[in-house]
Amino acid sequence: MAPLIHRMTPLLEIEDLHVAYAGRTGEMAPALAGVGFQLQPGEILGVLGESGSGKSTLASALLRLLPANGQLRQGKVLFEGKDLLSASPQELRKIRGARIGLIFQEPSSALHPALRIGRQVGDVLAAHEFLDRPTLRKKTMEVVAELFSADAERIYRSYPHELSGGQRQRVLIAQAIVCGPSLLIADEPTASLDPTTQQEILQLFATLRRKLGLAIILITHNPAVLVGLADRVLILYAGRVAELGPTAQVLATPGHPYTKALFRCLPSHFDEARNFSKSVLNVIPGEPPDLSRHSAGCQYEPRCAEKMEVCKSREPSAFAVSEAHRVSCFKFAG
Amino acid sequence: MQPLLRVENLVKSYAAGRFTSTTPAFAALDGVSLSIPPQSTLALVGESGSGKSTLALCVACLEVPTSGSIWFEGADIAALGEKQRRQVRPRIQLVFQDPAGSLNPRWTALDIVSEPLLVQRQFTQRERADRVFALFERVALTRKIAERKPDELSGGQKQRLAIARALALEPKLLVLDEALSALDCSVQAQISNLLVELQNSLGLTYLFITHDFAMASHLADQIAVMHRGRVVESGPATDILRAPSHEATRSLLAATPRFLDPPGALVNG
Repeated sequence: MAPLIHRMTPLLEIEDLHVAYAGRTGEMAPALAGVGFQLQPGEILGVLGESGSGKSTLASALLRLLPANGQLRQGKVLFEGKDLLSASPQELRKIRGARIGLIFQEPSSALHPALRIGRQVGDVLAAHEFLDRPTLRKKTMEVVAELFSADAERIYRSYPHELSGGQRQRVLIAQAIVCGPSLLIADEPTASLDPTTQQEILQLFATLRRKLGLAIILITHNPAVLVGLADRVLILYAGRVAELGPTAQVLATPGHPYTKALFRCLPSHFDEARNFSKSVLNVIPGEPPDLSRHSAGCQYEPRCAEKMEVCKSREPSAFAVSEAHRVSCFKFAG
Repeated sequence: MQPLLRVENLVKSYAAGRFTSTTPAFAALDGVSLSIPPQSTLALVGESGSGKSTLALCVACLEVPTSGSIWFEGADIAALGEKQRRQVRPRIQLVFQDPAGSLNPRWTALDIVSEPLLVQRQFTQRERADRVFALFERVALTRKIAERKPDELSGGQKQRLAIARALALEPKLLVLDEALSALDCSVQAQISNLLVELQNSLGLTYLFITHDFAMASHLADQIAVMHRGRVVESGPATDILRAPSHEATRSLLAATPRFLDPPGALVNG
């Protein structure tokens, strides 16, 4: 039973999170530095970042699932009021899968090829709740029916290889929500799917939020995925939060030079007046920084089109552009 | 002008299972026809299961069609024997979606791009090295990465490497099967620009397979839409995008995630 949560208490509170990985020779390469944000119950937060931004590290770190060479160096992670960073392994096991659901990118490799779907979804429930067989089957079937409606019986009895990519992703979602979590973390859930299936899965997230009050952290490198779905969007660059604000606002008036440059890279959506023919797309010059090499200033400075003197020597903190919209860039200081 | 590639009524079907009665015969390609003028780009758009990757494999001579023709440089390559197909392959090269999966993880970048030169032609080691470095330059890779293995390269660098390898034997036609789909947005823009530049400087022809209509609209002269093994609509890119006529095209267009782009918002940014 989820504890009664007062509306004003955030579901998830992250403060000043620092994560680093030990390299082959032992030096630490920071992957996340000073990351912080809050998530309200039932909120959908989009975490937008490219390769090397630290987005997958964020998902793993929240659930203390970092690999052996990963280190959580400082920070605070409070989930439903509970401090996850000081929680015992037993407490974490009760939270992972049950209070926080997780889905990753590759549906094909996440499912056991030789077990039927019903069994695989049921296993998650059985791992967290002590139920007799008929009840387990009934509850599992309910979740499968929620996600597959008319086809539920057939899917329940199927093996993963008998399902399409989109169907497999739905199965992963079923596994993630079967225990009735309050938070779902989805890392690139639609990356390998074609547009129609992608739309269905995104629709599904919206429906789950509406029906179950599920909060969702949707991690992606494709901004278009978040349009119309995420309430707020957090832009990650080089392990730092570059920008955070309501989706519509950030998309319409991005503040951080990286956000602006990123949006300009996208092939513009086609409208009748335009003449599209192999136009040269805008690119962001250079490459994301090598985080194992420490640099004093803003991580984006080498590639920034709007850099100033101060950017080389100091890292910007988050400045408020409006009440809910903040940008980590000296242009907005004071 | 003669098209560089002309596919006529191509059929590729997979036979019913011999040991089970539950696997029906399946036609991945059910009579596909299309043509590509030289030095132009045809974007082949369709959902998973539409047959686009099967078509890519047939055109690249890696699968033998069940029936139909593939006319390339005056010959029907679908009707060739293995020995003759081997001769055609250098002129039609394939770039895959997953750079990590198509590059040997134990070889260096230099080895990877040298391999086609080793297999197909007689060059001295020196000549090979020169050509490989020239190819690196073409795809904007620095010599520094020559000794690196794929896992030490970024997604964009891996894809550039795959393109360099594809260019090693001076092909006329590049088949790009979702070659940009796995890349970050800013990297997609870079590789897209590279492809356009290569087409202009080397006179390449592209068969660009994708389910991303937005990227197709940027790169393509012509668009062909595939649905269940058939080409259901094709024509100049602007026509297809402005006035799609087939249901499959319309539903794909509708499903393509659109990025908000209010005029002026980012330009004045």
